[in-house]
Order: sequence, then C-alpha cells, then structure tokens
Amino acid sequence: MNGKPRIGVYVCHCGTNIAGTVDVEEVVKFAETLPDVTVARNYSYMCSDPGQALIVDDIEKAGLNRVVVASCSPRMHEPTFRKTLLSGGLNPYFLEMANIREQCSWVHPDPIAATEKAKRLVEAAVVKSRRLEPLDAKEVDVEPSCLIIGAGIAGIQSALDIADAGFKVYLVEKEPSVGGHMIQLDKTFPTLDCSACIMTPKMVDVANHPNIELMTYSQVEEIGGYIGNFDIKVRKKSRFVDIDKCTGCGICAEECRMAGRFPNEFDENMGMRGAIYMPFPQAVPAKYTIDKESCLFLTKGKCGESPKCKDACQAGAVNFDLEDEIVEFKVGTIIVATGYDVFDARLKPEYAYGVYDNVLTALEFERLVNASGPTGGKVTMIERGKKKKKKGAEEEAPKVPESITFIQCVGSRDKSVGNEYCSRVCCMYTAKLAHLVKDKVGHDCEVTVFYMDVRAFGKGFEEFYDRVRREGVKYIRGNPSEIYKKGDKLIVKAEDTLTSTPLEHETDMVVLSVGLVPRRDNREIIDLLKLSQTSDLFYMEAHPKLRPVDTASDGVYLAGVCQGPKDIPDAVAQAKGAASAAMIPMASGKVKVEAQTSFVNEDTCRGCGFCVELCPYTAIELVEVNRMGWPVKVARVNEALCKGCGACAAACLSGSIQQRSFKDWQLLPQIEALGVK
Amino acid sequence: MAENKDFEPNIVAFLCNWCSYAGADLAGTSRITYPSNVRVIRVMCSGRVNPLFVMNALQQGADGVLISGCHPGDCHYMHGNYYARRRFNLMRNFLEYLGVEPERVRMSWVSASEGAKWKEVIEEVSEGIKKVGPMDQFKRRQLNW
Repeated sequence: MNGKPRIGVYVCHCGTNIAGTVDVEEVVKFAETLPDVTVARNYSYMCSDPGQALIVDDIEKAGLNRVVVASCSPRMHEPTFRKTLLSGGLNPYFLEMANIREQCSWVHPDPIAATEKAKRLVEAAVVKSRRLEPLDAKEVDVEPSCLIIGAGIAGIQSALDIADAGFKVYLVEKEPSVGGHMIQLDKTFPTLDCSACIMTPKMVDVANHPNIELMTYSQVEEIGGYIGNFDIKVRKKSRFVDIDKCTGCGICAEECRMAGRFPNEFDENMGMRGAIYMPFPQAVPAKYTIDKESCLFLTKGKCGESPKCKDACQAGAVNFDLEDEIVEFKVGTIIVATGYDVFDARLKPEYAYGVYDNVLTALEFERLVNASGPTGGKVTMIERGKKKKKKGAEEEAPKVPESITFIQCVGSRDKSVGNEYCSRVCCMYTAKLAHLVKDKVGHDCEVTVFYMDVRAFGKGFEEFYDRVRREGVKYIRGNPSEIYKKGDKLIVKAEDTLTSTPLEHETDMVVLSVGLVPRRDNREIIDLLKLSQTSDLFYMEAHPKLRPVDTASDGVYLAGVCQGPKDIPDAVAQAKGAASAAMIPMASGKVKVEAQTSFVNEDTCRGCGFCVELCPYTAIELVEVNRMGWPVKVARVNEALCKGCGACAAACLSGSIQQRSFKDWQLLPQIEALGVK
Repeated sequence: MAENKDFEPNIVAFLCNWCSYAGADLAGTSRITYPSNVRVIRVMCSGRVNPLFVMNALQQGADGVLISGCHPGDCHYMHGNYYARRRFNLMRNFLEYLGVEPERVRMSWVSASEGAKWKEVIEEVSEGIKKVGPMDQFKRRQLNW
C-alpha cells in the first residue's frame, strides 16, 4: 500500500455551491500538474453514490493510494469519504480534504480570487497527502451505563428509556427532589393536562426502577476519561436526615422553630418553609432535608434545649452528624439535561418587578394558580413581606383581582437585554394562564395580553389560541413602555400598534411572561465537560440540523432546554433522541477511539519530561528503557488516554514526540504550499 | 517600510478544529464574505502550533500568520489554547529579536458560533499586516559590494 504515492484529486461542484464561483475545470487542470497526482477529476456531487463510486473505481483501476477531495468542510464529510476509501480497500487515513466551499466559494464572491485560493488549498492538501500514513483506529469496550445530569422531564425521560432498554442509569439531581420546572406548573398547554398528574408517575418510576440509581441533592464534581469509559465523581450533599429512616411524615417540619420563616424556592419564593422541609408534597424521594443555611442548630450551634425536629422524629432519621458523601463510578455515556432558568425580570426596570407587589413573573403566577401552591390555587392579590397575624386575630379574606394583564416577550426577542431569540413557550403558556384565570377566578375577571406577535406554531396551538380569545381574553398588539401605580391600580402604558393609539391600561395585577435563559450556573457543566455554547449561551449541539442531540465530545449528549428553548413535547422528544443516541455505543459495546494520537520516537527522546507536564490527560509517562546498554528515561504515550490534541508535539525540544496525521513532517509542506507567494 | 496601496498580504492561519475552524465554516454557511488572502491549516488544537510552523510560514514568504483557538476556558482539550497563548507571547519577543515585526503574527479567539467575528478578525489582521508591508526580511538579498 505504501511505496510511491499515487494521488487522486476529486474536485466537487456541489451543484453550483462551489462551481458557481470556483472554476473547477481550472482547479483540475492545475491539480494534474502537482507531484504524484495520477488522476484529477471534477464531479457534480462527490458525496453522492456515483461520486463515491468514482473514487472506489479509481482506487481499483488506477491503483490510487492517496485521495484528495476538494469539497465542503472536513467537519462535514470527512467520515463519509473515509468510508469510501475503506470500501475501496484503502486505509481511511490516506484521505485529505481541501475545504473549498465553507472557506472559499461561499465567502469569496470574486471567481478569480476564489479559484486562485481553491488551487492553493488543493495544492496544500496534495502535498500533505503524499506524506500521510495508514492509521489504525483502536476499539475500546463501552461501559453499559449512562450518567444523566438533571432530573427534570428531559432527564427523567432519557433515564426511563435507557433503563427500560436494560442499561444502568445514574440520575443526578441538584435539588432535593426530581421534577424540575415541569412539576412547578399547574396545567400544560394546549391540552390542559394537569402537569403533576402526568409527571408524578414518571417521577416515581425513576425512583423505583431497578436499573436507575437516583442521586438527589447531589452534584457531579469531576468527569474524566472518554467515551465508553468516563470516570465520574458525585458529591451527595448531606441532608442531615437519614434518607433510609425518614418516612416523610412531616412532623419535623411542623415542629421546626423556624417553620414558615424562609421563602420556599419551589414556590418561586411565594410560599414559606422551615429549615427542615420537603419542597412540595409530591416530592421524590418523599424525604425531608435540612437547609444548612437556615437551620438554627447548624448555623448557631444551638436550637433551644435541643433541636425540636430531632426530638419529634419518631424514626430517628434526623442526624446532625451526617456528612457529604463522595461516590465514584464509571459510565460509558453522559446525557446533559440541566434545563434553564427564567429571565430575571429585574433587568427590565420599566416593568417595576420587585417594586410593586402585584407585578409577578409567569412562573410565580403558575404557583399561584396551582392547587399545591402557597394559596392552594386561589388567585389573590399579593402582599409581599406581610407580617403574620397573631394567632386568634381574624384573617382578612385576601382580595381577588378584578383584572389581570399579561405582558409577553419579557426577556425574549429583546436585544436590549442580550436575548435575541424567541423563547418558544411564552405565547402559549400565556394563553394557558389566561384561560386558567377565566376558569378559576371567573369570567368577570378581565384578562388582557400585550403581545408583539403570537407564535402558535405547534400541534393544537392555534386552535387553543383561538379558544382563549373566544373566552374573552383581550389581545392588544404593543410592547408596554412602563408600569406605574395610580391609587390602588397599576397602569400599563403602551401603544396599540394596530390602531396607533397610545393607551394607559388600568389593571390590578400584571404577569410578566418571562423568557427562558441558560442556567446561571451552566459554567459548571462547561468546565466539567468542555461543552461549547451557541451565541445565545445555551449548550451547542454537534450540528444544528443533523446532530441535534450530540455534542462535539463523543459520548456526551444533550436533552431538553439546556440546548435551547423548547416546550414539553419537544423536550421529551429530544430526551428520547438523546437516550437512543447514547444507547448506540452502549448496545454495540465497542467504540472506535481517536487514531490521530501522539507517539514517541524513543531513540531520540531525551527524557526531559516537558510533554509529561503538558499533557492535559496524563497520557504520557516517563519509562526506563535500555539504550545501548545504558538505562535511560524516555516518554511513552498511553494511546487509550491520548485524545490527539498535539500539545506535546508542539513542545518537544527534539521533535521526538509527534501527532499522527499532524506530524511536523506532514504539516510543513502544507505550510510551504500556502505560504509561498 | 514603504506602504504599498496595492499590496495584498498573504496570510497563513492555523485554526483549531473545534472552535475557530468551525467558526470559519459557520462564516461560510452564513455566506459572510471576507478577504480571500487567508489560507487555513486545520490542526486539532491551537496548542499543536509549533513556533517552528510560524517561522516556517514567514520564511516561505507569508506576510502574516494567524493562530486562532477556542476562547480561554473553552478549549476542547482543557488548556491547549493557554499553551498557544504562552508560546505566542514568547514568539513575539523572538520575532522582534530577529528583526521581524511582531505584528505579523497574530492570535485570536473565535468560537464555533462566531462566524461574524471570524470575518472581523480576518479584516483586522489583514489591515494590520497591510500597514506593516510585505515580508521580505527572510529573502536573500543581493549583496552590493
């Protein structure tokens, strides 16, 4: 196979994508003059079956042993053409690509300049291909288990699918309970399914499934290794409650001296909890947790005579000596399903969120209409920070709002806060909440929605939007400029842009339809897994169209809103996609690892150890060898650990360590071809 | 060095596979046009760029060299881009010592989603090198006895 290079050069037209700008005939003529080029051809679509057949045919008939394809980016079709070489009986690493589409024809409209550049790129590829060497992609075993980070609806769905298929799942959730944002919701649009009713069975399933190891109140601390063999370290935060003994009876929470003193995060801080709490009644696991930030005993070291929760617990589950536990395990694949945060409405000061009690975010309002929420599902006017009345004093019945106004696109489609994207769920959840107001508060409650555009694109969405308008919800097109108070009422200042009429709309309560934003702590996962972000700062998929659940890191997949805003059915669909993608390597049991690894020429290595210090994966170590009777130290690469970055090759003083396919010797002719005037 | 108005610099760029090369591809997919005088060599990580490559490119006649990698903290290989940055800084001193304008060698961070930034970088680098003029320090000069 080696011996004198016989190179085939294939210039792709890509329809008119390339040929419309680059003179492909001229590039072929030029390629024929290059050293060792045996055949040079152009073809309309090299990636098509006949295009690939052309290459296979030439390998067989013209005895090619190197192939240069000048077409799109190697990030697109390198795997395709590698397979072509393989089917022609050639080692797939004898391929070199020249990117004359993304980095030439599409960006340089001038045909002469583009053709000139294409020639240079082809020349560089040809001269590099002369020095290519055959490589062997090694196979490693895949651990038949998956780590899923985040137990919202996406993480839960992925976990159930993978566990049902018979693989082990480690499901890690930061909060004390699984469920994520979906369990906070009251109803789901457009079918008005009760969110808890469809969610809780799944939550219970993940807790009981024999193949799922559920770790709540836990955080992934370290991830090492590579596809098939990730090493995971998880910190199980101490709840100060023995989860095996706790029966979830709740007597401790009633007894807690701090009961009702702290805002409950699950209720978007609308309701109150004590220092020992269960975030919501359907929590899974149904166990209590002591918040060490608010517990008297844990912060002050003293809680009356003795902690009341501990005294009250008949099961003896409360234990203040419990410590964080570190768990280590191995998995083959990882799914990231960390979800989102809602937009911080304080960043739009004109809406006076945080200033007026009755300006709420939609998620807060969602808790307000929810039967398990702080008001038991009654929509009432809010008085924040109201002191609890003394026992015995008669509670005044809270007022019910007579009119509620929704403002859409708060923090979405808004360059002024840096979010250009549409959050995709707000139009519909607003319609749903508007319907719930009519349903629960009564038809007399006046509901107005200020909107920019209504995007009712999904299955059943437009019909639902129609229904809500028929129910008497008033839609006004216009983006309010200000909210202020006049007497007891809030005034929403806006312009009806359909009639060009400025208006000052009087209302009792304003609900801001806040958009979805990347989690504020999403840096933690980026640092663990080296994920990329798109410009909206959500995690980036490997390809926006064709690999929407994969990431640039093999064996790591995305599910749910962490990849970009989506509604529940889309999140579930993506979660199922991620689960099936993760099951591919686990089911086959083997996966090919990086072949373009580094290796050491032990005859010239002087054992200085620079590379050992540089290697980010500790893949290089110094070993003692016998050199002509003398024991000397040389570097040696563990190829299973090497990921092929080449940092060692750039640092080696003697050029002894080199990266396969990116050796100095292979890159220098490429530099020469491109550098020369 | 005399500034030549018609001078179009020839720039060799080393891009890492995961961020900058993908960013340059995105510029293509989004049809963002930029000067054609940049020729790209793909390496897996900007940390692979041996200073030798840069010197070699200048020696071959390139007027400028660009090294581009992932943003700090985002390197696909943990910290290859930091190695690249450190080498780059040392190399600039060395270039100055050799009598080559350090401005010829540039470094940038372009992520996979920054197609528009890639264009900005190219235009800026191209303008900068135009100001410095053609690279002829390494050419054999006719000795004038």
